[in-house]
Amino acid sequence: MTMGKTYDVVVIGAGSVGVPAALSLARAGLSVLVLETLASPGQLSNKKAIGGIRATHSDFGKIKVCQRSIEIFAGWQEREGDEIGWLSNGYSYPAYDAGTEKKLKELMKVQLGFGLNIRWVSPEEYNELVPGISMAGLRGSTYSPEDGSASPLLALNAFYFKSRAAGAEYRFGETVTALRLEKGRVQAVVSDRGEYVCGQVINAAGAYGREVARLAGLDVPVEPDNHEAAISEPVKRFFGPMVVDIRPEPGSVNYYFYQNHEGQVVFCITPDPPILGVLNESTSAFFPQVAKRMVGLYPRLASLRVRRSWRGQYPMTPDGFPIVGRDAGAANYIHAVGMCGQGFMLGPGLGELLARIARNEETADDRRVLQSFLPTREFKGVEALK
Amino acid sequence: MSEYQRILEHPVLPVDPGETITYYWNGKPLEGKKGEALSSALIAAGVDAFGRNAHDHSPQGIFCANGQCSKCLVIADGRPVKSCMTPLRAGMKVSAADDLPELPETTQAPAMGAVPEFAFDALVIGAGPAGLSAAVELGRLGIATLLVDDKHEPGGKLVLQTHKFFGSVEDSQAGTRGIRIGRKLAEAVAADPHVTVWSDSTALYVYADRQVGILREGRYVLVRPRVILNAAGAREKSLVFPGNHLIGVYGAGAFQTLVNRDLVRPSSRLFIVGGGNVGLIAGYHAIQAGITVAGLAEALPQCGGYKVHADKLARLGVPIHTAHTVRSANGRERVESVTIARVDERFRPVPGTEKTYACDTLLVAVGLDPISEFTAQAQAAGIPVYAAGDAAEIAEASSAMFNGRIAGLAVARELGAKAEEVPASWQAKAELLKSHPGQVEPQVFPEGEEGVMPVIHCLQEIPCNPCATVCPTESIRMAGDPLLGLPRYDGRCIGCAKCVLICPGLAITLVDYRRDKANPIVTVPFEMSHVPLAVGDRVRGVDIDGNPLGEFEVAALQQNRDNLTRLVRLRVPAAVAKRVVAFRLQDEADTRPLPANVEAAGEAKACLCERVSADEVRRLIRAGVTDMNQIKAVTRAGMGACGGKSCETLIRSVFRQEGVDPGRITPGTRRPLFVEVPLGVLAGEDGQGRGE
Repeated sequence: MTMGKTYDVVVIGAGSVGVPAALSLARAGLSVLVLETLASPGQLSNKKAIGGIRATHSDFGKIKVCQRSIEIFAGWQEREGDEIGWLSNGYSYPAYDAGTEKKLKELMKVQLGFGLNIRWVSPEEYNELVPGISMAGLRGSTYSPEDGSASPLLALNAFYFKSRAAGAEYRFGETVTALRLEKGRVQAVVSDRGEYVCGQVINAAGAYGREVARLAGLDVPVEPDNHEAAISEPVKRFFGPMVVDIRPEPGSVNYYFYQNHEGQVVFCITPDPPILGVLNESTSAFFPQVAKRMVGLYPRLASLRVRRSWRGQYPMTPDGFPIVGRDAGAANYIHAVGMCGQGFMLGPGLGELLARIARNEETADDRRVLQSFLPTREFKGVEALK
Repeated sequence: MSEYQRILEHPVLPVDPGETITYYWNGKPLEGKKGEALSSALIAAGVDAFGRNAHDHSPQGIFCANGQCSKCLVIADGRPVKSCMTPLRAGMKVSAADDLPELPETTQAPAMGAVPEFAFDALVIGAGPAGLSAAVELGRLGIATLLVDDKHEPGGKLVLQTHKFFGSVEDSQAGTRGIRIGRKLAEAVAADPHVTVWSDSTALYVYADRQVGILREGRYVLVRPRVILNAAGAREKSLVFPGNHLIGVYGAGAFQTLVNRDLVRPSSRLFIVGGGNVGLIAGYHAIQAGITVAGLAEALPQCGGYKVHADKLARLGVPIHTAHTVRSANGRERVESVTIARVDERFRPVPGTEKTYACDTLLVAVGLDPISEFTAQAQAAGIPVYAAGDAAEIAEASSAMFNGRIAGLAVARELGAKAEEVPASWQAKAELLKSHPGQVEPQVFPEGEEGVMPVIHCLQEIPCNPCATVCPTESIRMAGDPLLGLPRYDGRCIGCAKCVLICPGLAITLVDYRRDKANPIVTVPFEMSHVPLAVGDRVRGVDIDGNPLGEFEVAALQQNRDNLTRLVRLRVPAAVAKRVVAFRLQDEADTRPLPANVEAAGEAKACLCERVSADEVRRLIRAGVTDMNQIKAVTRAGMGACGGKSCETLIRSVFRQEGVDPGRITPGTRRPLFVEVPLGVLAGEDGQGRGE
């Protein structure tokens, strides 16, 4: 069955990337349809994100996109009226050994080169930002006060309702099964419920990005791996920035936590070795592992009560950078996959960029950004602190 | 509320004065009983507000009394704790949890050991009637069984059931009070070397790697079972109405925990919504606790609970408003009154039929939802799992004991034990015990006015037959089915009154014409102790439905120490002797509506933890949202301390009001943990000295 309407753009996936993209596309005057397997927006990985938003990456592409995202998040409530839980609480990477300190300080040089607001704070200064953090061996920390956090749930739904108001259409509970290709173009997107003729198609399918790309005969090296996260009861605000401890330990690469706009502490750990696939079931390994590390670093957390935990996927690429842009294999097909667990922070900036790509209105900066995210790159590098 | 709210005398329960200790509430010294639930100590001292909700800053009172929500959060010795799960200690410094609690400052990490791990063949979650009965079978068959329960005393809700049980004497100890049955089962389990019992141990989650996280006496442990039996019981449903978040609105089960387990009196005058057995029994327990029951509203044209339960309440002077629903609970911070209205055949309130009743508490008894999540988790993890009791299907405790035994055998067989086949008669009995009450039949009075005879005021088929079992002359027989049928007197009564004593429905009297044919002695059962009663007093006799028959003299009183039901002998004119069943306790003035109705103020909540209004949810539903997860994402309904346990039914009822087909609703995803656990405990802290 072919649905009567022809859409300028069909977006596959109503998640961290697809929804803000639909918003930007609709506001740019394009007709947009978003197809989503699950029952409502943000139900795959967006709701699993803990909500950290930073521009302090290591390359032009991510920095530029996230800087724009931060502008959008930070100004959203004033501009659009929705509470999205934005908090300009900053990020910090404490160092407890010389190796970590050296690594962080070297990266800081790059970040400062891009004009980012980041500095090194002494252990005493850090203890004021995170009162009661372990001082034993603390050598200082990075601190980037303009980074922040927001509620992925509130933000995505705000984008969703605003995109609908701008004319974007959504079909939930509908899985894309084929892309009808003719003459090197996607003519229509076929789902288990219908077929939609489109001018262009954006793959924003997150953890399923590789499967969707294959429908267009394309391959992208996106491999979801699993991270477990949890949230506490809300308590009175007691520390400032996101704390990222990058010291590897047996079983885990790093872990991070912050106190969100509700006063709840949200935390997440990166397992080592990675657990590949889409596996949403919780295991008994997570709590003791993450809790020991967190309480050891920050004893005050011991009496904080944990409310809920979950598992989600980082759609990883080999080098830790997203895959965004057109593909020579299908002229009207645009990749927006492989966000490597940063889809939420990249989303709003990327949404605007995708709208410019769809309208062939890329700026010079955009072209430079897209060099970092090139689908045809060799995936050899590795991003610092991915 | 008066200053001192302890129940010092109870017709059924022994009152243990305990050890009096001093603790501090907001700096003021108070006295309480060592080891009692902190929340109950506070209630006994007249405290009904434990803190303020962080979202709307309104005060919060007791709600679940079951460790599930966080409405009773207080700060005890610097830590935020659920006061209903925290035993009172001498010198404890307790303060109200106003808005967000502050984490205690420390720079010293606790000692963190490895998380202890255990292996058992069978894990039974919940030591209520079903779990205990299953454990008895498993122990008998030599299965290494772990029975975990989140409360201090095993027994589950049996601990609260001061009334005598229905069912049959031989199979489900009919005629015995629930508390005693619970104790007997717990003793049997404790004596079995194959069964390990962990009290104060809350199952938290069945993980995908087949480990079960358990908070054992404040310490986090992992258990690896080969088979799981979910006997975790049920949770109470809530209702959407304006004022449903006020202090004083809570479940009937929570209420029974306070009055029957903790012997505190959280109310002086309450109203009940819901005429199932839970609501009816709660009303009876309230009167036993010396609390006035201003009325009971039931939306259906007839109470869903047993007629004998409804009759008991009506006879004590509680008006039962069938085809009525609650419109609002009224008050600024706490319940001051409740407004009800008649409903039409589609359960819509009829304007102009509102009535307002003064009360300080509104008990919500509109049904139970099975705690099914452990079953689902075990299935997902690939652990063979069975369910019994309310966790499987909501039914009476007598039925739960039966299907617990059946499930125990099934678990044993799953484990390869040479357990006997479940006798077909057990299955049949388990089904029978679930039977809903039948039609109300016209009353048949025994003929003649000579000698002595029982008069049976039991007019509705329910699974119950102890009267026939105890009669020494076999003069009471069940008409039709030996368990379900109605009891009929047909024979030679010797006046022993055993039937009067054992009847759980208090629905049998004895009429004795032998001394005085004109004024026979009518023996009625009586289970109240808060009103003085002496020989020579005059009482207001009533018929089965509570209609007055006149004032009668108390000729004699007889206390039965074992059964605890008192026998009151009334001298009654022969004309009405067979119709007298009981005597009224409450005055009509207690149950009269207020002269002017109170209009609903404030809004109905769909999520009580996060104070999300029903209208906020309604707006989303009208915008096309059908995924509970999206409602949660936008409104926070379901993100609160209770983990979405209370709001799911509330949100579903907003969907229903909006005419959304239930099949279109995507249910909310359940995640670990079952209750909140401190991070230090999850890190392997040893839990010593912890409040919870």
